[in-house]
Amino acid sequence: MDNAKHKALTILIKAGKQLVLPLISIVLVFIVSSVILLFSGHSPISAYGAMISGAFGDMGKIADTLGTATPLILTGLAVAIAMKGGAVNIGCEGQLYVGAMAATITGIFVKGLPAVLHIPLCLLAAMVAGGLWASFAGWLKVRLQTNEVIVTIMLNYIAIYLTDYIVTYWIKAEGMVVKTPNVLDSALLMKLYPHSRLTIGFIIAVVITVLLYWMLKKTVFGFELQAMGYNRAAAETGGVNLNKCFMAAMLLSGALAGLAGAVEVLGVHKYFIKGFSPGYGYDGLSIAVLGQNTPIGVAVSAVLFGALRSGATMMDRATNIPGDFVVILQALIILFVATPGIVMELRRQGRILFMRGKDGKQA
Amino acid sequence: MMDLLSQAGVLFSSAIRTAIPIVYGAMACMICELSGIVNIGVEGMMLAGSFGGVLGSYLTGSAWIGLLFAMAFAMVFALLHGILTIRFKTGHIISGLGINLLASGITTLLLVSIWNNRGKSDAVAGLGTVQLTFLKNIPFIGEAFGNLSPLFFLMVLLIIGFWILLYKTVWGLRLRTVGESPKTADSAGINVTKMQYTAVLLCGALAGIGGAYLSIGDIGLFARDMVAGRGYIAMAVNIFGGWNPLGVLCGGMVFGIAQSTQFRLQGDNFPVQIVQMLPYLLTILVLILVKNRARGPSAAGKSFDRAEV
Amino acid sequence: MLSLCGGFPFRRTNGARGLTVNYLEMRGITKSFGSVMANNRVDLTVRCGEIHSLLGENGAGKTTLMRILYGMIKPDSGEIYIKGRKVNFRNPQDALRHGIGMVHQHFMLSDTMTVAENITLGSEPRRGFFYDREKAIREVEELSKKYSFRVDPRAKIETLSVGTKQRVEIMKALYRKSDLIILDEPTAVLTTNEVQELFKVLRELRDDGKTIIIITHKLKEIMQISDRVTIMRNGEYICTKDTCSTNPQELAEMMVGRKVNLTVEKSTGIPEDAPVLFELRNAVYRENKTEHLSGVSLKLHAGEILGICGVEGNGQTQLIEVITGIRPLTEGEIVVKGQTVVSCSPRKMVELGIGHIPEDRGTRGLVKELTIRDNIVIGYQKRKAFSRKGILNTKYLNEYSRDVAEKFSIKADSISSPISSLSGGNQQKVIIGRVLSQDPDIIIAAQPTRGVDIGSIEYIHEKLLEMKKAGKAILLISADLDEIRKLSDNIAVIYNGKIMAQGRNTDFDEQQLGLLMTGYRNQEDKHG
Repeated sequence: MDNAKHKALTILIKAGKQLVLPLISIVLVFIVSSVILLFSGHSPISAYGAMISGAFGDMGKIADTLGTATPLILTGLAVAIAMKGGAVNIGCEGQLYVGAMAATITGIFVKGLPAVLHIPLCLLAAMVAGGLWASFAGWLKVRLQTNEVIVTIMLNYIAIYLTDYIVTYWIKAEGMVVKTPNVLDSALLMKLYPHSRLTIGFIIAVVITVLLYWMLKKTVFGFELQAMGYNRAAAETGGVNLNKCFMAAMLLSGALAGLAGAVEVLGVHKYFIKGFSPGYGYDGLSIAVLGQNTPIGVAVSAVLFGALRSGATMMDRATNIPGDFVVILQALIILFVATPGIVMELRRQGRILFMRGKDGKQA
Repeated sequence: MMDLLSQAGVLFSSAIRTAIPIVYGAMACMICELSGIVNIGVEGMMLAGSFGGVLGSYLTGSAWIGLLFAMAFAMVFALLHGILTIRFKTGHIISGLGINLLASGITTLLLVSIWNNRGKSDAVAGLGTVQLTFLKNIPFIGEAFGNLSPLFFLMVLLIIGFWILLYKTVWGLRLRTVGESPKTADSAGINVTKMQYTAVLLCGALAGIGGAYLSIGDIGLFARDMVAGRGYIAMAVNIFGGWNPLGVLCGGMVFGIAQSTQFRLQGDNFPVQIVQMLPYLLTILVLILVKNRARGPSAAGKSFDRAEV
Repeated sequence: MLSLCGGFPFRRTNGARGLTVNYLEMRGITKSFGSVMANNRVDLTVRCGEIHSLLGENGAGKTTLMRILYGMIKPDSGEIYIKGRKVNFRNPQDALRHGIGMVHQHFMLSDTMTVAENITLGSEPRRGFFYDREKAIREVEELSKKYSFRVDPRAKIETLSVGTKQRVEIMKALYRKSDLIILDEPTAVLTTNEVQELFKVLRELRDDGKTIIIITHKLKEIMQISDRVTIMRNGEYICTKDTCSTNPQELAEMMVGRKVNLTVEKSTGIPEDAPVLFELRNAVYRENKTEHLSGVSLKLHAGEILGICGVEGNGQTQLIEVITGIRPLTEGEIVVKGQTVVSCSPRKMVELGIGHIPEDRGTRGLVKELTIRDNIVIGYQKRKAFSRKGILNTKYLNEYSRDVAEKFSIKADSISSPISSLSGGNQQKVIIGRVLSQDPDIIIAAQPTRGVDIGSIEYIHEKLLEMKKAGKAILLISADLDEIRKLSDNIAVIYNGKIMAQGRNTDFDEQQLGLLMTGYRNQEDKHG
């Protein structure tokens, strides 16, 4: 039994070591953002107070937080999976919109199916749409070595305008608001908590997290993907078909982002409306960085960000701080987590100070 | 015939106006990457410039002081990018993306704090245009160049200046070596870090001017996220232009002309969303056309660490 | 005054005779990188006007010591004196100003720029802010003539041969008027003839009053060129000797710390009726308008070691890439065990029984972020025993990896440790273990002992000979002529993408091989 205990301890220590960086980064983020708030004339305490009560104040709010986290888990996973393979997919926002549109169309026009079939069909349509949207950028990279960062960002704008066009001219609902008609009841995702954003979409997101974790650890594809992400030349020598693997990574990434869009439309809104995403796709990047590109890390980070967003809406109403403040937090998180150097530098300075105190010599 | 030339002139003028911020952005990108620092954050730096320009003009009443503010704001973000990538060896792409987010968030926050409006600021004094009345009667030239922002003329001077700087001076030679092979430069006794910081700050200044054009050089106010992807388009134009000032100017103008021509051809009955999509589609097209020429400085994107050599 | 030392006549200069003024004194230099002590209180004294060799194995600390001297690294403690005055270099600029120039092993050259630009970088001739290109070209031409370097100042570095690039490196130091020139493994990439040319230049420089330090591990060359030699081992200073009063055997023992067998083993030859396991017919490989391979034909028999020798950059990399399926042949055929292979890929070649030991373990051989186990699996992850229907059989993989680690004496705490925790020699053993444990019929071993300690070199050579005895066909590509001579049954010389000559190991002598490697066909032409 000693062996099992030892193994468990090693895992805990490893996990603990992995957490240190993100945790310290979060602390630093709060410090820096508080400074920014003060500088622009707001109170950090009322800001964070409002955020926390907005996110976790009561069961309903917690349900909303988790519901907000649902698409974030998926976009976070989308970015993380791409990064694992060495691809930089900044196009999740566009893939999300395209996926949402595909789910909406399938939800409105495919009639006569029971929910058990209709929902998976809509989700599948979303995944295919998102996957193809991302694959275009992937294909350009593979064939022409075009920078996928720029292409995916361009595709974001194109997707937003394209879906806007579709809603405005092709499937607009009656009335002033630019949205589609509701999807059929058989396509709706059941709510897990009344009057909240929490639907079975959350369960789907969690299941997918576990699936991806398993995939990375236990499958040949996961193995080859990570090898390719770390060292393309070695992966190539090791028999990995780089082009196929890269395309697969982009496809999977886009599919996950498309799924995020579907989950939002089918669960929360019931229709597609222009501008329904407050940047979930872009959040995915911060979440992946904070979660250090691991499925579990991403899921936890997504919940944190869900809390931030939920809280931000409350903060927006309670104080005069616009919800966009969350954007600053995200930026700081990305920068601090992606720069282990800062934390290491602080530790070094701390140690030097400590050493100096101890015996007057320099470390 | 005259009428055709006249219309062409108007078109060209519109092309120039589209191209100006993009060329500045592309120059910013160019100088930064030539030193080996990849900069996705030009978008955010331009946004900071747009905001700074309006703020400066608002506080002092002078748009030219606003321009200085614009450069300063952008350079702060550029310095941050520099510190993160040079000193702390952060991944260049992630740092750039973080900078964009940070600029977006901070400018929006300040927008609300100062003008109490989530969408746009008050109107402020702009830079105006340079009226070259003596050109008025020359067909094409008159319409094209007779009524342009002073930032256009500055831009042309800067293009020429940078070309000379990069290819004719010792500093330019050293900078290009730093981007190609920092260890070569280092072993020759060149201070790689200093050169990279200088390049990054120059990048910030240029991006700041480009962003300022959008606000105080054009519509006279700041609207949230008003750069709308031009920073990324500028990156593509830089690739298209081969990291060369003259190439960048050409690329920017090609882009501007293509945009303007499309607007004209569309007319009023075309769905606005399709028209909005065009610059982004165009950028992708540009990148596809460039494919094999897209060879930038060899060491761009890699952090230089003497001990690792 | 002529002195016959080591059988090679040379002239001593004033500095090495009579009053010896020390140009350089390094005292008590200590430097650690984390837990590794690269230099442990090292002393080094170099006299004015001498050629001084710094000898040691890979990892002995020689390059670190010289980098400290050149200002690239700061020592943890210790002092440096130049001509009796204490100095403190904070960066290469300081070192350069004190007259120290370094010629690096891995060239510090900017490929897309010209020779003149590279040489004058850092002390460019200028007119105000402007770069005086014409003057730079003139000055480089003059320098080139003075020492008969024969380089074109306007040529771009990427177009030059390796030997020429090295001359450019040396000219960098000379242009800066360096008095002390440090050369780091200068002969690693040169043919025998180019080495002699280099030595001629070095002697001229010494006679001109310059002081030279050569970092090397090549015993024969030390005996040829140096006045004195300092030996380092495991980061420590061992001793300094006059070259006259020592010999390669003694140097080798001091370098390694124990008795070493330097004698060459003769290979046992190939059985008469050995089948041809692998054949390459008229292989042509073109990329970006350059022809890297121009009609190469090879045959590998079971139980044969075929050594491909040649200076790096003559098509070896491309040869390996087409044989292992990384790049497709432009023209020609590959025949494995009698079957022509259509549409090669690394995976296919592995399935056909070809094992590949890559020439650069850092780039192609290993993924440093992954564990030892993962690095043992990579390349074979789709094998039936390792995975089924895309799912890895992790339990079996772990067992298998532990076996491999044991069989190949890989010193590691656990197979789940990151591969970066292993030494160079152990890392190479992981690759060798990975490949040999899969029982390939054909083994492509590229630079198998590069950057590896002597103990591991002996082990790897043993393993290769074992494989030969077991009837495998081995293609050995190496820039180390001694290694080729030691192991091969047959030798082929590659130059400029062509096989210059092919024949039994015993049919060639060093002179011939040296000539062939530089492109001279000789009279006793192709065999076999």
